[in-house]
Amino acid sequence: MATEVSPKDAVELTSSSASYSPDNPAPLIEPPRARTRRTPRSTRTNFELYGWLFMRLSGVVLVVLVIGHLLIQLVLDGGVTKVGFAFVAGRWASPFWQYWDLAMLWLAMLHGGNGLRTIINDYAEQPNTRVWLKTILFTAVAFTIALGSLVIFTFDPNIR
Amino acid sequence: MSTPTLDKHSSALDAAEVTGTHLIAITLRVRRFNPEVSAEAEWVDYQIQVDPKERVLDALHKVKWEIDGSLTFRRSCAHGVCGSDAMRINGKNRLACKTLIKDVSPEKPITVEAIKGMTVLKDLVVDMDPFFQAYRDVMPFLITTGNEPTRERLQSAADRERFDDTTKCILCAACTSSCPVFWNDGQYFGPAAIVNAHRFIFDSRDEGGEQRLEILNDKDGVWRCRTTFNCTDACPRGIEVTKAIQEVKRALITRRF
Repeated sequence: MATEVSPKDAVELTSSSASYSPDNPAPLIEPPRARTRRTPRSTRTNFELYGWLFMRLSGVVLVVLVIGHLLIQLVLDGGVTKVGFAFVAGRWASPFWQYWDLAMLWLAMLHGGNGLRTIINDYAEQPNTRVWLKTILFTAVAFTIALGSLVIFTFDPNIR
Repeated sequence: MSTPTLDKHSSALDAAEVTGTHLIAITLRVRRFNPEVSAEAEWVDYQIQVDPKERVLDALHKVKWEIDGSLTFRRSCAHGVCGSDAMRINGKNRLACKTLIKDVSPEKPITVEAIKGMTVLKDLVVDMDPFFQAYRDVMPFLITTGNEPTRERLQSAADRERFDDTTKCILCAACTSSCPVFWNDGQYFGPAAIVNAHRFIFDSRDEGGEQRLEILNDKDGVWRCRTTFNCTDACPRGIEVTKAIQEVKRALITRRF
């Protein structure tokens, strides 16, 4: 039976690895954040459950809100050319559109923020990276929600 | 009266004998790692002659027994029951003892590497401790209260059917080590632990379902599942793993609301 070993088969010792031996083995190939007996630590909250549920429910509501928003702004009644200061002022004169936009702002920011939070949890490998990315994310979400809410409620059509 | 059939081959047997010893040349490309030699893992090619109807495990045996005895891998029963030879073959998690050479495009090099997401100890052997720790954490045993019954705990066929799929698990880790969430964060319980929790959560005789749901409700529990279905594709027993995880999620939701 013809069995031949390719030249690559012979394990060559390079200068960097020549010192490894049974007494001095190379470091093992570790997976990121290996499980230990004490992890994961139990938190006993329902935060992740509510987060998961919020993503589904807000997603359904956002489909209606965003498609409605896009239709009004970009398709119906002349399309995007009509959008201007006067158009926005006219819509925000009605509390219905104020609350539509407010709901869209809050749901979109929290939905997107929570989605990015799970992505950071999934992809960031160092605990420090996670903390910093999430700090930046939460700051940006809080700032955008606060600024947007402020503008919707304090909007003055006679600002000029 | 009866015709002697001893020395007369059936046509099927003849056909089997003609093709029976048909060997083909394959390249087995194994990702080898030996911490006593080098800190780097490397791909090593082995050219061997095998019967395409044999399994990848037979090819590995051929290499280990005839070419390089230092090739290290786990296998015990070699018939898909013990679940010790899960490995990544051509980029997919499979059991080497259930994968035929002819099914993994033998005209190209067949790549074999250790399952991902766990510490590689040597060649195809990984440290399974974190995997079994996650398994232990979901308490995979019958939990009951009250006095021991004096006879068998009876269960209807329908109640047994409820968790039948998840009883098939052989703990080979093919699902958990195919999960991208587990690759990046070993704190996630992983599909196998959830499957084995499912097996008891939905068992009508068991009373520890609430505790297990509480464990899996945590931030590294079922909510980290992204339903990529890698686990369902990887399972050599055909368990609908993602479905089981979704059923645990649903149980948590309906328990709460």
